[in-house]
Amino acid sequence: MNAIIRVSDLGKRYRIGNAERHRTLREALAAMAKAPARTMARLCGAAGAPTDHIWALRGLEFELSQGEVVGIIGRNGAGKSTLLKILSRITEPTTGWFELGGRVSSLLEVGTGFHSELSGRENIYLNGAILGMRRREIERKFDEIVAFAEVEKFVDTPLKHYSSGMQARLAFAVAAHLEPDILVVDEVLAVGDLGFQKKCLGKMEDVSRQGRTVLFVSHNMAAIESLCKSCLLLSEGRLAARGTPAEVVHRYIASEIRVDSASRSLINHSGREVNCVALMQSVEIGSADPAGGATVRMGAPVSVRVAFRSDEPLHPYLGVVVKTAQGQNVLTVNNDFLPNFRLDHPVRWGTVVCDFDWMPLMPGTYSLDLYLGTNPYQDIDIIHDAISFEVVPADVFGTGKLPEAAWGMIFWPARWRLEEGEERAAGHPNGG
Amino acid sequence: MLRVSAGRRPATLEVRELWAYRELLYFLAWRDVKVRYKQTVLGAAWAIVQPVATMVVFTLFFGKLAGIPADGAPYPIFVYAGLLPWTFFANAVTASGDSLVANSSLITKVYFPRVLIPGAAVAAGLVDFAISAAVLLIMMPLYAAPMTARMLMAVPLLALTAMAALAFGMLIAALNVRYRDARYAVPFAIQLWMFLTPVIYPVSIVPSRWRWMLFLNPMSGLIQGYRSALLGRAFDLAGLAAAAVITVLMLAWSGFVFRRMERSFADVV
Repeated sequence: MNAIIRVSDLGKRYRIGNAERHRTLREALAAMAKAPARTMARLCGAAGAPTDHIWALRGLEFELSQGEVVGIIGRNGAGKSTLLKILSRITEPTTGWFELGGRVSSLLEVGTGFHSELSGRENIYLNGAILGMRRREIERKFDEIVAFAEVEKFVDTPLKHYSSGMQARLAFAVAAHLEPDILVVDEVLAVGDLGFQKKCLGKMEDVSRQGRTVLFVSHNMAAIESLCKSCLLLSEGRLAARGTPAEVVHRYIASEIRVDSASRSLINHSGREVNCVALMQSVEIGSADPAGGATVRMGAPVSVRVAFRSDEPLHPYLGVVVKTAQGQNVLTVNNDFLPNFRLDHPVRWGTVVCDFDWMPLMPGTYSLDLYLGTNPYQDIDIIHDAISFEVVPADVFGTGKLPEAAWGMIFWPARWRLEEGEERAAGHPNGG
Repeated sequence: MLRVSAGRRPATLEVRELWAYRELLYFLAWRDVKVRYKQTVLGAAWAIVQPVATMVVFTLFFGKLAGIPADGAPYPIFVYAGLLPWTFFANAVTASGDSLVANSSLITKVYFPRVLIPGAAVAAGLVDFAISAAVLLIMMPLYAAPMTARMLMAVPLLALTAMAALAFGMLIAALNVRYRDARYAVPFAIQLWMFLTPVIYPVSIVPSRWRWMLFLNPMSGLIQGYRSALLGRAFDLAGLAAAAVITVLMLAWSGFVFRRMERSFADVV
């Protein structure tokens, strides 16, 4: 493989607190008066290892090949931004080295160097130059940038009169027209409205298709999954995992989210209705999620397993109600509803398994009410909020765009087509 | 492959890299010029008002009342010829000294040779210099001061002045990243410095015994050089040579210090 970025034993140590540092000259001079030799040595950077420090990155080792689009994920403080800053040469590593096989442009913030007093046109030139574009290049792409940003009418208006959305669009438009060999992007898709975000994602896909290498930090797991070919997981400054986005994202979610464990005993459950016979022994939520636990990715298959034990043999009928955290019922399933569901003979114990090929649930916390009965019209054991589980975001539509909570309680992958109308059918009065 | 390693690196000048980024130098200077007089009523006229008003006051107090000699030239021309480069130098040092802190958002978000920031601040000062120089060209015939070929010397002198300003500006800017004292120290130091430089008085009033001390300040030789060029006098070659040598050494040293400190800018600023 053709490595374009090679990283070896990369580490970055930051000092914390003020122990080693003099913010004003007076303090530096005072310290120098008290302990001249030591202070001089310290100011010259020859001091021994300071005690108050943190390793933002430690012992990082990886190679990226040309044209690879790499997502970098991890919780806040895991070292993602530090890594990007080192690779874009803004700050220097404390240990190790890295090699870059091409021109790097970094987009750690949208609109770096924008000046509110300057017009849109002037800011395009300034920002382009700061991001490493040649003047000629900017001139050539100017109209395209303005069109992409949708600010044609305001090109000569000072930036301070732009809305924040317009500023963000302009900034991303400039950045999107960079042509570096390596593009380093930090969480910038969080700007702009929905339509614009989509446009940016599309533009980034174009960038990677042209054989550029993209490093992409985001908290938007769906974007990572749909854009990236591989993914790095950082944890406390170290490389915790590397693999396909799906694997690494699962692993990250597994390490981050804990709701209930995947199974729960129901023998002494506080949600059991009074006067019920305690037949249900345990409930287990099974999902294909390698995270384990009661974590379900949007759209992933889920199974609910309820174990029961009874003194009398019975035909078990199970009702499962999925409720939101606010207690609203989202859906109910019951094997009694199915005409063809038949049990051969009554049993004293066993497990009723309810498989969902997928659940149309939006991300959030949900709980299950369970109803177990022997007879269609008689529930014997009822438990409210028997178990809770978390639905986590996933790129269910395969577009990198997450369904939004505001759209409704469930998502649905409708099929679409356009029936083209004929002009004549539109019925022009003077068409004749 | 470009390789970046931890640890010390040679503090050499990356000429090729600087050349590759020349357009950014231009754009940063252009921004400084564009933005400087935005939302002001007088706009670029400030570049004229400052030295002219100073000239009027100095002429009144130092020329007329205190009777400071002007080496036989009209005092207004004499003092303006000194104020013109001095104002450029003082503003350039102040602006570049503050430039890194003022552009901290760039330093923490984008890579480019950091020296471009103080460099652009100095370059932006050249525009003001050109505007106030035009005033001098208008004044000279009014005071019957002849224009001579010697005036062309002002060009290399300006280059040296810019280098001196960059040398001090870079050093102050680098220190300012770590120690914000520069904000208070610089305006004050610049004020004192003007009196240690023959701006309002001629070199000739300093006893010849002490003159060598005056010329340790590179601005002394340079300002004297501007005067010779503009007033058509013979050049003090020893003074100019001293100024040139000190300026170049100072620039080399401050460039070295800057390169050493630049690696930690993004972490400290």
